[in-house]
Amino acid sequence: MGTAELIWNGVAALLVLCIYSFLYKDNPFYKFAEHLVVGVSAGYFAMILYYNAFLPKLINPLRAGQYWYIIPGILGLLMWARFSKKWQWLSRPTLGFVIGSGAGLAIPLYLQNYVIRQLSATMLPVGFTSWPLITNVMIIIMVFCALTYFYFSKQHTGAFGVAAKFGIWTLMVGFGAGFGMTVMGRVALLAERVIFLRDYMVQLWGALF
Amino acid sequence: MTFYERMMNLDRRWVYLVIGVVVVVTAIWSFAVPLYVTPEARSVYDFVDGLVPGEVLMIGVDYAPEVMAELHPMSYAITRQCFAKDVKLLLCCLHQNGPGMVEQVVAQVAEEYGKVNGVDYVYLGYKPYPGITILAMGQNFRIPFPEDYYGTPLDSLPMMRNMTNFDNVKAIINISGGSGTEYWINYANGRYNAKLAIGVTGVMTADYYPFLQSGQIFGLIGGMKGAAEYEYLAEKGGYITREKDQLWASKSMPIQTTTHIVIILFIVIGNVGYFMSKRKK
Repeated sequence: MGTAELIWNGVAALLVLCIYSFLYKDNPFYKFAEHLVVGVSAGYFAMILYYNAFLPKLINPLRAGQYWYIIPGILGLLMWARFSKKWQWLSRPTLGFVIGSGAGLAIPLYLQNYVIRQLSATMLPVGFTSWPLITNVMIIIMVFCALTYFYFSKQHTGAFGVAAKFGIWTLMVGFGAGFGMTVMGRVALLAERVIFLRDYMVQLWGALF
Repeated sequence: MTFYERMMNLDRRWVYLVIGVVVVVTAIWSFAVPLYVTPEARSVYDFVDGLVPGEVLMIGVDYAPEVMAELHPMSYAITRQCFAKDVKLLLCCLHQNGPGMVEQVVAQVAEEYGKVNGVDYVYLGYKPYPGITILAMGQNFRIPFPEDYYGTPLDSLPMMRNMTNFDNVKAIINISGGSGTEYWINYANGRYNAKLAIGVTGVMTADYYPFLQSGQIFGLIGGMKGAAEYEYLAEKGGYITREKDQLWASKSMPIQTTTHIVIILFIVIGNVGYFMSKRKK
């Protein structure tokens, strides 16, 4: 490992320890590292946005004579009016365009992919002669019962109440799986940082002695 | 204060300390962990393994450094497998903090395999508004990306000569740490019927099993465990080796094992304390 890499990895290791110091209590080292990461991320994003979106999608077309690009350019500039109470209304056309086009693009496809395709995925062959058929039965029952829980126009009593109760248990199993995966994700981030610190300590020891 | 009340009121910093000690001790004194490969991770590996030289795979890499630990191993393993098989790669990044990381992966692995930019792989770069970018790519890659990440017009790149849109790629693998996956499912698969597999963080994995069950995605690499499974398969296939320190996620599996055991113990202790103190009342 070269000297420059050793120094920069040392800075990274120090910042990792500053962030983790928050686990004991809030302190100026944590605050410094937090502000640094927010500032660097914002600055990095601003430059990425300029060179990957602003320049090729607005400046270069205007320079090439495609003057109609000035219309979205002006719409984008009008968004800055949000910062002024007096001139906020100028941003309404831009917001309308963004929200309208976004909703128009998103709603039909979300309906198709999050509702219709999922509904059709519950229309499964059922039976008890093989494990895939049994799991299909379980899927249909659990989906039905989970949806039953969210029907609040009828009291959850009797057979309906039993289905709703089973639906809650189904949801809890799902939340438990989600919680377990979340724990794994967080531990993964911690594990990688600890391995980085371990490897850096070994390299630092090797470089110094 | 009784023992159970003390358990219920334990300062959380003791929990942090115990977990920290367990992680550090396991990092220093590691051990081998047997790995079970899930069908959803295997289906991604088998698909990539079934590609023939010259075919194009698209990888949408939409993550930032904060989830690098879980997703970088997937990116490296898939990229190494593709380059080893002479499969061409088309990469893009739809996360604002990710372009540099994607470049790090593809440039490093391309150098390992002697692959040439523009001939064996093309890195399109970053554009904002993932939904609109994906919709536009479905018509023609040149609409959102007239040039690649390095400023070269796509039409001048040999690899892009016969490439118009998603119909010209064998599949898309989206490796994402945020909402990018939703856009790929909705627009790339939903609108254009592109074949799609995803690699996501552990936090997101449970949310995307319904799409696996419905057939909207053909594979799912879930979190660091999924990455370790993919690395295991790639090592068996000879695409990555332990000697070259190419198994990132697998190094963390012992720590996952011990930490999860400790967390389960704490959950049991907490529940015992709760029920015992409830019974006392």
